[in-house]
Amino acid sequence: MTAPRSREPRAVRLLLIGLALAAFALFLFVPLAAVFVEAFRDGARAWLAAVTEPDARHALKLTLLVAVIAVPVNAFFGLAAGWALGKFRFPGRSFVLTLVDLPFAVSPVVAGLVFVLLFGRTGFFGPWLADRGLEIVFALPGIVLATVFVTFPFVAREVVPLMQSQGTDEEEAARVLGAGFFTTFFRVTLPNVKWALLYGIVLCTARAVGEFGAVSVVSGHVRGETNTLPLHVETLYNEYAFQGAFAAASLLTFVALATMVAKAIVSRRAREEAP
Amino acid sequence: MTDSRRPVRSLLGFAASAASLLAIHALAGAAARAAEPVEILNVSYDPTRELYRELNAAFAKDFLARTGRAVTVKMSHGGSGKQARSVIDGLRADVVTLALAYDVDALADRGLVARGWQARLPHNASPYTSTIVFLVRSGNPKRIRDWSDLARPGVSVVCPNPKTSGAARWGYLAAWGSVLTTGGSDAAAKALVGGLFRNVAVLDTGARGSTTTFVQRGLGDVLVAWENEAHLALAETGAGRVEIVVPKTSILAEPPVAVVDAVADRKGTRAVAEAYLRFLYTPEAQAIAARHHYRPRLAEAAAKAGRTFPSVATFTIDALFGGWRAAQKRHFDDGGVFDSLFTTK
Amino acid sequence: MSRRRVSPSLLPGFGPALGVTLLFLSLVVLAPLAALLATTLRGTPREFLAAVSTPRVVAAVRLSVLVSLGAAAVSALLGLLLGWVLVRYRFPGRRLLDTLVDLPFALPTAVAGITLTTLYAPTGWLGRPLAALGVPVAFTPLGIGVALVFLGLPFTVRTLQPVLASLDPEVEEAAASLGATRLETFRRVLLPELLPALLTGSTLAFARGLGEYGSVVFISGNMPMRTEIAPLLVMTKLEQYDVAGATALATLLLVASFLLLLVLNRLEAWAARAVR
Repeated sequence: MTAPRSREPRAVRLLLIGLALAAFALFLFVPLAAVFVEAFRDGARAWLAAVTEPDARHALKLTLLVAVIAVPVNAFFGLAAGWALGKFRFPGRSFVLTLVDLPFAVSPVVAGLVFVLLFGRTGFFGPWLADRGLEIVFALPGIVLATVFVTFPFVAREVVPLMQSQGTDEEEAARVLGAGFFTTFFRVTLPNVKWALLYGIVLCTARAVGEFGAVSVVSGHVRGETNTLPLHVETLYNEYAFQGAFAAASLLTFVALATMVAKAIVSRRAREEAP
Repeated sequence: MTDSRRPVRSLLGFAASAASLLAIHALAGAAARAAEPVEILNVSYDPTRELYRELNAAFAKDFLARTGRAVTVKMSHGGSGKQARSVIDGLRADVVTLALAYDVDALADRGLVARGWQARLPHNASPYTSTIVFLVRSGNPKRIRDWSDLARPGVSVVCPNPKTSGAARWGYLAAWGSVLTTGGSDAAAKALVGGLFRNVAVLDTGARGSTTTFVQRGLGDVLVAWENEAHLALAETGAGRVEIVVPKTSILAEPPVAVVDAVADRKGTRAVAEAYLRFLYTPEAQAIAARHHYRPRLAEAAAKAGRTFPSVATFTIDALFGGWRAAQKRHFDDGGVFDSLFTTK
Repeated sequence: MSRRRVSPSLLPGFGPALGVTLLFLSLVVLAPLAALLATTLRGTPREFLAAVSTPRVVAAVRLSVLVSLGAAAVSALLGLLLGWVLVRYRFPGRRLLDTLVDLPFALPTAVAGITLTTLYAPTGWLGRPLAALGVPVAFTPLGIGVALVFLGLPFTVRTLQPVLASLDPEVEEAAASLGATRLETFRRVLLPELLPALLTGSTLAFARGLGEYGSVVFISGNMPMRTEIAPLLVMTKLEQYDVAGATALATLLLVASFLLLLVLNRLEAWAARAVR
């Protein structure tokens, strides 16, 4: 594909590129650089010490564990939603789609609060859970639930529109040829949406790893126990351990950068394979 | 290391089981019960991070020596009100060590802590006290000496939000009381506090946030802070950038500690939790507190730690404000005096 | 693009798939949100109104709405600039920049919060020169705005890019051949085409900004009546043991999110029609 012919005068073009570069520098490069400058302010050894101390290691493990649970749950949901909402039309479909999108627009604070209202000691299921000695908020399940809530729409948002635009012709053909549901789904539908699915999973992972507001409400901030990596960043920041805070932040930034690269690769592959 | 094994164990369990959230609930519960060496959770307020890190290590050593049992004290820190709120919502704290008695009262009101908790331990259940002082820029360019200087036009004040921060509530009442104790009227006190908060540039949610704002971000001429927090900030930034000013009068701040009865009984950790709080009154712990610039109850502990605390004429909240509940209701509840400082000019 | 109405009997799995969808939706999204509404409904409507009309709540909501609107507008302008340059021009490093646009989305909000605060505080790289110019950024509404522009940028850029790429160059050539200047062409021909995507992107940015917490709390200053945002006030009220006040405000935010989503749906439908 050749570049579209631009018809602005050269001066205008350069001015616009200059302005855009300035905006990029100000809003994207400078914050990115700041994270790493602060993280390595006291040298690589200090950075290594900060990211390998037990609380940081525990926070990292917890964060990854939460993502490992939340992302497959949402991927499974996204595929189910894609099949139901992308391949079929039924009354109330667009309303269901709006509800699927809802967690995206809900404030993270509200997202955390609702789980406290449900499962907190004074919440709706609080006494029931307490009688059975089950912990949800201020423990792993609460953190997972809040994360699943916040990342809920990401896979579905990518998969549903694609499944819808691809229509049902191929699946119907497979059915006519005698394929069962699972064969149809895994041999026909899934390969068709694999890039959208991957794309959604990448976005979902980024949010799951980085969620702060909602998790902060349900975590209880117990060091070495319910502190996720983003909360660990806040904890260190509040201990005058700025270098440590930014060292932990730099780990999260690495994840963010990896996400962006993965996203770019996935969308390029998707474009290449598009008919 | 039990704590790092726990998620891994749950992870394996999760991989084995189907994607059922219920499975995780059961696992988390089982893992908590299976913890072999005893573990308690201390839910505390913001500035005590360094203090309890040292106290916990000392307690663990002492407890192991005396009973042969290993104990780990886990910590959670945040604004005092936020921490109490988390415990109310189910954070399983065996003990709370908060900034003010009102927040422990809130737990008592909801049946988590027995009423009369303050009489269960010596000195109003406050093993150490503190007071509110000022941190100013080096050389004190705005010549801030006492509370009245904070209300002067052109002085920029950094203070946490009294709605959520214990330090700020103590500070607010210290300012108010500084007028009353010198014979001033209630109206004069309100004028002073009003002037002070009109000078506030940043109202962080917790004491720690304010210190960061003042010291690291360079905002404001004066920080209203816990004495211990001011000393910590001084030590962290190095001398020559900020200095401490002790006002003529201030409030006797008594940060209380309490066993959360409902949780400790449920978890069967009452004995450890009580031993932990009693440990805070021992000469060893008192010296640690003094070293962290908390005023110890044992006078000799300060000398042992090599700390001298400047004398301040302090008044108590009970004497001047009729206790925390009355002070909270009049000043800090929604629609109270503090709100009126911001809504009316 | 076939959009035929298929009879559900031809393809299997509709029932189970819809069942799973609705089950997850109910468990993860609806039940928790219903808990919020149920808690709010324990009070009377009068109590709800009283809780959300105190001066402090009104000030916080107004601040959140105004700053989010302003930030969405700035994000739209910057998004237009960045989207235009990325789609229309070729220059070294373009691919890298195109990838980097997602940074604010991928970066955890707490990291964004402490980084922006460090940068824009009066002692920071950007805050120091700005403060010297008499423009304090951190701990002012402007600081909140900066954080929200940062946050909103990927949404506006990413919604504009596909539309910019799909514009038919012949339309612009026709306009030019009819004697329109470049600026006129942009204003009269291109802008109307871009408008739906522009509005969609900035509404997304607005919706995110209205509820944002992590990246804003560090930089906002949190002064009641001045720099206290609505989501923070929910937390503050909770910490004051005012559950009713917190849930009332949370409900208000939730309703706002829902209404914004409905607006977004309409905008996206409009944008889809406009592209075709």
